[in-house]
Amino acid sequence: GIAWFLALAFPPLTQRTYMSENAMGSTMVEEQFAGGDRARGLARDFAAHRRKSGALPVAWLERTMRSVGLEVYTQSFSRRLPFPDETHERYMVSGTNVYGILRAPRAASTESLVLTVPCGPDSTNSQAVGLLLALAAHFRGQIYWAKDIIFLVTEQDLLGTEAWLEAYHDVNVTGMQSSPLQGRAGAIQAAVALELSSDVVTSLDVAVEGLNGQLPNLDLLNLFQTFCQKGGLLCTLQGKLQPQDWTSVDGPLQGLQTLLLMVLQQASGRPHGPHGLFLRYRVEALTIRGINSFRQYKYDLVAVGKALEGAFRKLNHLLERLHQSYFFYLLPALARFVSIGLYMPAAGFLLLVLGLKALELWMQLHEAGVGPEEPRGASGPSPPVLPAQSVGLASLVAPLLISQAMGLALYILPVLGQHVATQHFPVAEAEAVVLTLLAIYAAGLALPHSTQRVVSAQAPDRGWMALKLVALIYLALQLACITLTNFSLGFLLAATMVPAAALTTPCGPRPLYAALLVLTSPAATLLGSLFLWRGA
Amino acid sequence: MAAALPLAVLGLLLLGPGGRGHAEPPRDTLREELVITPLPSGDVAATFQFRTRWDSDLQREEGLSVLLKADRLFHTSYHSQAVHIRPVCRNARCTSISWELRQTLSVVYDAFVTGQGKKDWSLFRMFSRTLTEPCPLASESRVYVDITGHNQDNETLEVNPPPTTTYQDVTLGTRKTYAVYDLLDAAVINNSRNLNLQLKWRSPPEHEAPPAPFLHAQRYVSGYGLQSGELNTLLYNTHPYRAFPVLLLDTVPWYLRLYVHTLTITSKGKENKPSYVHYQPAQDRLQPHLLEMLIQLPANSATKVSIQFERALLKWTEYTPDPNHGFYVSPSVLSALVPSMVAAKPVDWEESPLFRSLYPVSDSSSYFVRLYTEPLLVNLPTPDFSMPYNVICLTCTVVAVCYGSFYNLLTRTFHIEEPSTGGLAKRLANLIRRARGVPPL
Repeated sequence: GIAWFLALAFPPLTQRTYMSENAMGSTMVEEQFAGGDRARGLARDFAAHRRKSGALPVAWLERTMRSVGLEVYTQSFSRRLPFPDETHERYMVSGTNVYGILRAPRAASTESLVLTVPCGPDSTNSQAVGLLLALAAHFRGQIYWAKDIIFLVTEQDLLGTEAWLEAYHDVNVTGMQSSPLQGRAGAIQAAVALELSSDVVTSLDVAVEGLNGQLPNLDLLNLFQTFCQKGGLLCTLQGKLQPQDWTSVDGPLQGLQTLLLMVLQQASGRPHGPHGLFLRYRVEALTIRGINSFRQYKYDLVAVGKALEGAFRKLNHLLERLHQSYFFYLLPALARFVSIGLYMPAAGFLLLVLGLKALELWMQLHEAGVGPEEPRGASGPSPPVLPAQSVGLASLVAPLLISQAMGLALYILPVLGQHVATQHFPVAEAEAVVLTLLAIYAAGLALPHSTQRVVSAQAPDRGWMALKLVALIYLALQLACITLTNFSLGFLLAATMVPAAALTTPCGPRPLYAALLVLTSPAATLLGSLFLWRGA
Repeated sequence: MAAALPLAVLGLLLLGPGGRGHAEPPRDTLREELVITPLPSGDVAATFQFRTRWDSDLQREEGLSVLLKADRLFHTSYHSQAVHIRPVCRNARCTSISWELRQTLSVVYDAFVTGQGKKDWSLFRMFSRTLTEPCPLASESRVYVDITGHNQDNETLEVNPPPTTTYQDVTLGTRKTYAVYDLLDAAVINNSRNLNLQLKWRSPPEHEAPPAPFLHAQRYVSGYGLQSGELNTLLYNTHPYRAFPVLLLDTVPWYLRLYVHTLTITSKGKENKPSYVHYQPAQDRLQPHLLEMLIQLPANSATKVSIQFERALLKWTEYTPDPNHGFYVSPSVLSALVPSMVAAKPVDWEESPLFRSLYPVSDSSSYFVRLYTEPLLVNLPTPDFSMPYNVICLTCTVVAVCYGSFYNLLTRTFHIEEPSTGGLAKRLANLIRRARGVPPL
C-alpha cells in the first residue's frame, strides 16, 4: 500500500490535466486589462485609510465601489470566540464585510461569480483590494457579462468569509451573529480568493485544499493553469516550483514531495484559504496568492489582473455548474493529477492487511473450536477447551461499548462541559477543555479491567483472539469510512495504525507493544505531525 | 431590478379599422412620443411610444424611429418591448370600432458603458443619431424630458436646448415636470436642422445610494445541499407612515415539494397573518403549486415570506441535457395599490400624453403597481448519467467471466473420441501430399 502510494507521483500513475468542461475549453479571450496604475493608487488609498481607522475603512470602500458603478452593500458580523485569542486577549471578534455587485446587463441575476479579498487584522492585503477595485472598474464597462459578479472584501479573514456565506445562504452553521444581506445575485457558480503581499509578484501560489479536506473541481485548477501558461506567469503549488521534465527521476521525486505536502494539508482539514469555506456550499473556489521572493523576473499587477480577467471571462461562458472533471484527486504538480481510481488502491491495500489478519484470527479460532467437543462444564479434571465464539460474543460487547462510549465522550464532553467547568471550577476555558480530555483518557485506562473478564473466562491463549478480531474489523470499517471522505486523513491514519494493530498480540513483549500502540494512536499522530509542521 | 423607476419610452401605434370602407381617416391619428428620464443612479431611461390608427403598418423612416438603432440598443442594461392591441370606440355612442395598436420599447441606458461614468447624456451619445425631422404621417410627435430635478432651487441640471413649454403631471404618486419638445413645431428643429437634446449636471451628484421606491421585493433560495431548501421572498414597504396590502402570487414547479405548514410571514419580527390565502397543491408532472396571498405590509418595514421545500428526484428521461445548470423557478408576481404622495387628477386619454396610459390610476390616492421578482435557479439532485454504461460493462464482464467459467466447470464433460481413420477427402489430400513430398495427415 505504501509502495503504491509512493509510486503515485510517477508517470504511469499520474496523468496530464485536461479541461473537461466544453464550455470553458475552446475559446481563448484577448485580455484588455490595463489598470495597473489605478490599482496601485487605490491600494495606497486603502492602506492609508486603513492605517488611520485601524479597521476596514467601510465608508471609503462604499464610496469607491459606488463610483466604479457597483451596487454596494455592507454586512456586519460578530462572533464569540470559544477560547480567548492569545495575541489579542479578546473574546469577541466583530467586523464588517463590504461587497459590490456588478449586475450583468440584460440578464436576470440568476447566477453569479465571486471575487473575494480577505483582509485580516495582520495582513492588510491592500494591493489585492486595489486590484479588485481596478478590475471592477474595467469589468463594469464591458457588455459581455452573462452572470453577475460580486466583489467581496471581508474582514477578519476566514471569519468574515464564513459570516458572508452563511448570511448569503441564510443558514447558521457556526453560531455566528451576522446581519442579513440586502443584496443577492442568485446562485454562485464559482469563486476566486486573492491575496497579494506586494504590488510586484514573482510567482502565484494556488491553494486548493478546503475545509475537511474537500477539494474544488479540477477544472477550476486547469483554468488557472491555462492562464498561467498563457500569460507566462510562474505558478506554484504548495510553494514548490513545477518540475519541467517527467522522464527522468527528478521530476517525479519533486512531484512526490508536492504530493506529500498536499496530503498533509488535506489531512489537517484546515481550509488553506478563504476558498475552503465556499466548498461546503458547492461553490467551486480557489485561492491565488501572490508571493514576492528574490527572483529576478517580477510581474506587476497588470499581469495578475489579466490572468484574473481571462479566468472570469472563461467562467462567464459556463452553462452548467462545474461537474465534468474530478472532485477527488491528488496533485503532484500543477499540470498533473492522480484521480481517485488510481490512489484508492493504496488505501485499499492497507486495509486489506487488517482484513487478512482478521481472517487469520478467524481461522485460528475455528481450529480451536473444532477441536475437542466436550460439553460445557464437563466433569473431566482438566478445564475443558470451550469454543471461543459462543462465549466471546456475549462478553465482547462490554469492552466494545466502553471504548465506543469513550470515543463519544471525547467528542461531546469537552465542549459541553466547558461552560459547566468554568462555572464550578476556577479554571479558564482552554484549561477546562484540556483537563476534560485528560480525564476521559484516564478513565479509558479502566478498559483493560473490563477485558480481563473476557480473557479469564476462556482459555488464556485463545480468548484475546475474538476481541482482536472484532477490533480489527471495527478499525478497518472506521478507516474505510474516513478514507472515503478525506483520503489523506484516512491514509495517514491507516499508515500509522495498521502495522501496530496487526502486529500486537498479548503474547509478545508487552511493554514494546504497549509503547507501539500508544505512539501510533491518532492523538500521538496529531502531535507528531504538529511538530513536523512547525519544523518544516 | 434597479431601484429606480424606468420610464419607458412607449411607442403606441393605433391601427386603423381594417378596411371598413370609410373615407381615409384624418391624419391626426398617428402619435409618436419619446420620454427621457434621467435616473438617480446616472442611467437614462428612454421610452418610445407610437400610436396610430392607420389600417396598415407603414414604414416610418423619419420621426422618432430614426433613433432606434440596433447596435446602441444592445448597450443597455434593460430593454422591454410590448405590443398592445385593443378595440376603441370611434365616437361617443360607440357605434363603430377601430383597432388601436400600441408598440412600446423601453430601454435603460447604462451610464457607465455609454457615458464612461459621467452622468451627462445627449441624444447623440445614446442613440448615435439625432432627430432631423418629424414623421410626415404623424399627427403628434413629441419628446418629453423629465426635469423634475431642475425646478428645485439649486438647479442641478440644465437641458439644452431650453424647452419652450413644460408639462406637469403626477406619475407614480409624485409630481413630475417634463420639458416638452414638439417636433411638429417648426421653431424646435428649424435652427440647426437637427435636435440633439443634451443634459448636463451642474454640480456633480454625490455618490450615495439611490432612493428606493415605496414597494420593492427580492427573492432568494436559502439553504445548501441537494435535499431541501427554503424559498424566501422579502417585501419592502418604504413608505414612512402608510401601510398597504400586497397580493403575492407564487407559482412553484412541482419538483420543489413545498411544505405549506412551514409557511411563515414575519414583519418587524412579529408574525403577520395574511388576510387571504389560496393554495393549490401541485400534482406530479401535471401542474405546479399555486400560492396566492394578500399580505398587509406595515409602514416602513421589510416582510419576509418563507416556505421550506424538498427537491424531488426526477425520472431518468425527464432531465434536460444540461441538468447541472439547474431548473428555473418563475418569479413571484406582486400587485399592489401603492398610496401616492400627491393626489392625481383623473385624466382625459385623448388630450394627455401617451405615457400617462402606462400609469393607470383608479382613484387619486393610490396607483397600481405590478412587480416581478427575480427568477431563481435551483439545482436538483442529478444522477450520474454514465452509470447505465458502467453497469452494462460490469454485468457483461461478470456474466462472461465468472458465470461462464462456473458453467463450464459444472457442465462440461469430457469423453474420449476415436480418431477417424479415413474419409474420402483425407485420402485425396494424402495422395496430393505424397506427390508433393510433404508428410501425410
